Amino acid sequence: MNTSTTDAIDIRDAVKRYGDFTALHSVSLSIRDNEFFTLLGPSGCGKTTLLRMIAGFEDVTEGAIFLFGEEIEKLPPHKRPINTVFQNYALFPHMSVLENVGFGLEMLGHPMQEVRKRAGEALEMVQLSQFAARKPAQLSGGQQQRVALARALAPRPKVLLLDEPLSALDLKLRKAMQIELKHIQRDTGITFIFVTHDQEEALTMSDRIAVMSSGELQQLGDAREIYEQPRNTFVADFIGETNLLPVTVDEVQGGRAACHLPGGQTLTCDASAGVARGARVHLSLRPERVIVAAQPGVESLKATVRENIFVGTDITTIVDLAGGEEFRIRTSNSDRGRARIFEPGAGVFLNMEQGAARLLTD
Amino acid sequence: MAAKYDLRVFPGFRAVTLFCLAILYAPLVIVTIYSFNASPSITNWDGVSLRWYVDVFTGPDSEKFKYAARNSFIIAIIAATVATCIATLAATAILRGGRFRLRTVSFGLVSLPLMVPEIVTAVATLIFFNAIGFDRGLLTILLAHIAFCIPFAYLPISARMQGIEATYEQAAMDLYATRTLAFRRVLLPLMTPGIVSGFLLAFIVSLDDFIITNFVKGAGVETLPTAIFGAVKQGIKPNIMAISTMLLGISVVMVTLSWLVSRRDATK
Ligand SMILES: Nc1ncnc2c1ncn2[C@@H]1O[C@H](COP(=O)(O)OP(=O)(O)O)[C@@H](O)[C@H]1O
Ligand SMILES: [Mg+2]
Repeated sequence: MNTSTTDAIDIRDAVKRYGDFTALHSVSLSIRDNEFFTLLGPSGCGKTTLLRMIAGFEDVTEGAIFLFGEEIEKLPPHKRPINTVFQNYALFPHMSVLENVGFGLEMLGHPMQEVRKRAGEALEMVQLSQFAARKPAQLSGGQQQRVALARALAPRPKVLLLDEPLSALDLKLRKAMQIELKHIQRDTGITFIFVTHDQEEALTMSDRIAVMSSGELQQLGDAREIYEQPRNTFVADFIGETNLLPVTVDEVQGGRAACHLPGGQTLTCDASAGVARGARVHLSLRPERVIVAAQPGVESLKATVRENIFVGTDITTIVDLAGGEEFRIRTSNSDRGRARIFEPGAGVFLNMEQGAARLLTD
Repeated sequence: MAAKYDLRVFPGFRAVTLFCLAILYAPLVIVTIYSFNASPSITNWDGVSLRWYVDVFTGPDSEKFKYAARNSFIIAIIAATVATCIATLAATAILRGGRFRLRTVSFGLVSLPLMVPEIVTAVATLIFFNAIGFDRGLLTILLAHIAFCIPFAYLPISARMQGIEATYEQAAMDLYATRTLAFRRVLLPLMTPGIVSGFLLAFIVSLDDFIITNFVKGAGVETLPTAIFGAVKQGIKPNIMAISTMLLGISVVMVTLSWLVSRRDATK
């Protein structure tokens, strides 16, 4: 799919320290041309810091950043063909919407006639042409957001940075903007680097996702990879919902690991690299990959039903494993014909197919 | 229940308030009223008239006052302009120059003169000019006024600037503006209310200044306040009240304007 030989952004061993505090620990990642790339992680993990280093507002303590092969970390922000949609929009309050959108082109020295024409086109792209003469304060939050987007897109940057641009919008508007952003990215072909702490948003929108925590890159991959093959307990827990069970490995043979839970129940699952006999590791089991049944299957755990919670499209069943651990199972409402719902107190088996359980070493 | 602890119902509170207000404003009110007195006496009321205002502009002392007023306005305009420029640059450097180590010290240094007794500043300035062998005259007044106007101009400007988030300039630089262009096209327009307010304040402080001016002015050079003081020494005539009332009027208008301008929020 990706034909370009050079990456849009290449970050090599970037470190950021504020005094004694290290905000980023040697992050390396490559962002491809034309990609919708997302930096995902909890608040305070360093997403904004990384974005500001790419834009040029923070200097890089150690390491290097390349833009299409050219080293840029020493360049001032105005010399980088990269634009930002700021978290609080930062629209210039004393300029009209059209002047705001045309500002970048004007600073690049384009003739005013062309500035107005291209600013008008950018406004059209976000469907705000009729508001060109207004001041930003006369627009709603959602409209201001689109002006900020048009302003950053108008100079046709090589890379667009978006720092949690949707976090201030209400749910409905946010969903609509997610789709619109995705379309704009596809239509313009500009590389987007999108920052969010919302894993659902990241899964919906991104070509690839970098999961970060405490200033470190945890995993890089597309939505499916990071959801289905999380590399560690942090990713497994942060992306979607999961049951994390501490287990001890009894035996590793033929790519399969036999382990036991603290309560004594045993289970075999695919052994991941580096798992050895006697290792104390975690088992990740997604709630939707487990079926509650009266009879045991190939791989089963014994449990007692605690309660069933109706959550619209799904039913969440909370059970206690024989060792006392809490475990959650999600059953889609449309599956009700096949899956049985058990009353609280009922003894049940949690059946799962091979490959559903994942061993995580850290 | 809350009313029980309301300061306003303390016994005697109303009387104290009225007393304070009276002490503050009675002299001003009396001067203003008597400036319209028809009588040449400063104590006997003899009907309303504008004769002392006419006297200020055409009477025997009018040349002296016109000359002093011209000096005052020239000095106030130049001093306020220069002080405002310096204060704007200082505010930009202190508030936007990053976290340099002397930031707090710089702020203290700029605003400290507000706390120094004016007579001390006056004596110091005089000694300074003497030490460097500077002839006293209009220029010494101007230089001294520029110096003491800076903190007055600085306060509204820095207050304004503190309310402007750094992301506006970052957005400008992100959109290919150099540091200078970001300042001119984004920060400066947003700061304008603070700058205007600072200018008006500096202007009025310069126009009204007596102590420092009196120390550093050369022989024969007068500004309005020193001319008024000189005239009063020869006995208070009603035309002094007329001049004072006009000066009061200008001050009130300027301070009101300054307040109105600084209240305008360009970021909304
Ligand atoms: N200018 C700064 N000085 C000191 N620490 C900072 C500064 N900026 C950010 N940090 C710290 O760096 C960490 C990462 O911040 P940030 O990148 O804003 O996180 P995120 O955007 O992921 O929420 C936080 O712990 C934050 O407190
Ligand atoms: Mg952030």
